[in-house]
Amino acid sequence: MNVTIVDYNSGNISSVINSFKEVAQNKVNIEVTADLNKIKSSDKLVLPGQGSFKSCVDALNNINGLVDTLNEFAINNKKPLLGICVGLQMFADIGYEETETKGLGWVSGKVSKIDNQNGKYKLPHIGWNQINIVKESKIFKNIENNSHMYFVHSYEFIPNDKNVISATIDYSTNIVCSAEKENLFGTQFHPEKSDKIGLKIIDNFINL
Amino acid sequence: MLKNRIIPCLDVKNGRVVKGINFVDLKDAGDPVEQAKIYSDGGADEICFLDITASNENRSTIYEVIKKTSKKCFVPLTVGGGVRNIEDINKLLNCGADKVSINTAAVKNPKIIMESSLKFGSQCIVVAIDAKKEANSWEIFTHGGRNKTNIDAIKFAKQMEEYGAGELLVTSMDRDGTQKGYDIDLMKKISEMVNIPVIASGGVGNLDHLVEGIIQGKANAVLAASIFHYGKYSIKEAKQYLDLKGIPVRI
Repeated sequence: MNVTIVDYNSGNISSVINSFKEVAQNKVNIEVTADLNKIKSSDKLVLPGQGSFKSCVDALNNINGLVDTLNEFAINNKKPLLGICVGLQMFADIGYEETETKGLGWVSGKVSKIDNQNGKYKLPHIGWNQINIVKESKIFKNIENNSHMYFVHSYEFIPNDKNVISATIDYSTNIVCSAEKENLFGTQFHPEKSDKIGLKIIDNFINL
Repeated sequence: MLKNRIIPCLDVKNGRVVKGINFVDLKDAGDPVEQAKIYSDGGADEICFLDITASNENRSTIYEVIKKTSKKCFVPLTVGGGVRNIEDINKLLNCGADKVSINTAAVKNPKIIMESSLKFGSQCIVVAIDAKKEANSWEIFTHGGRNKTNIDAIKFAKQMEEYGAGELLVTSMDRDGTQKGYDIDLMKKISEMVNIPVIASGGVGNLDHLVEGIIQGKANAVLAASIFHYGKYSIKEAKQYLDLKGIPVRI
């Protein structure tokens, strides 16, 4: 099996690579590339994302044909894809970081700044928070409710259809931290930095 | 609920840990990878490496350390010390660091914080503020506390937030190494002034100091070095103590 981590110059993805390689060992082949043919022939994709919504969308668009290839993979062929952090956020129709930017439009919704209650809560939301699993998700197999995950973000994904929400966290408000729609999986937290429990989520995705 | 973080810091010189953990079963007490692994297995919420390599020719040793550690530790890894420019930040991130802490370079050229947070995202830019008390204010010191700058620490903290820093690592130079506890007034002033997370550092000698840093100092995370290195307390003991005192921690 081939799992490809999409390397589209979205910032630092070394931790994502390290964690997937750790979990995969020699059983699964982990590719790190933006090569369209390799992406097409992969069994699963990982879409990381760091920095702003706009910078990540711009970076995707800067690679000729990448967005089309991703659409074909995720929407037409319905193969499994995991979005991490801004990778998840880009599933949305639109994001409001820096400036209004169109997302991939895979899961209808928007990405807005977390309401910090007039400065009562600090942003970015950095650190370990406990997830409330609200829907059975394949990537949460053998993951206990209220497990701790590592977060670092100032923006949140707000899907229109609440049925796609698989987990939330409590911070200044109730924030979506995981979504699942058919073959699409996304986490606002960083499984690659969430210790053994995070690696278990990666393992679940690889073994889908 | 967001938990308060406990961050052990390891001083690394020429690729080796200085003042490492004195555990009998350690194969190599100077190996940063092994030390970091002990901390992450013990429940550390993040690991911080401070590179104190003095000579430029040995600077590259830290890159090897980060590369190896990031393949073994799956909690966030922060690296500081000797970070001079965007290229240094880029190299550390590419080696597997999740955050880079910038001290002297941020004081010399504050725009580096603006540039780097735009380029890499605020989430990986930590500004390290070393401050010393002067009458009724605190002054920034650079070069590991050797150079006076006449810059007010509180104002500088605010400026760094505006420039895009994701977090502030605040060290009291008066308390660092004394084991007398954090400079609570400094932590509280900065924490209340900015809207980004503050990591308290400098002076921890016992577990009550960690509690004070969070409750009175209003820090979001507490960093300590020697209490963990010498095996005085384990990360687990520290967390259990904080939990007992009603502070939310990841256990």
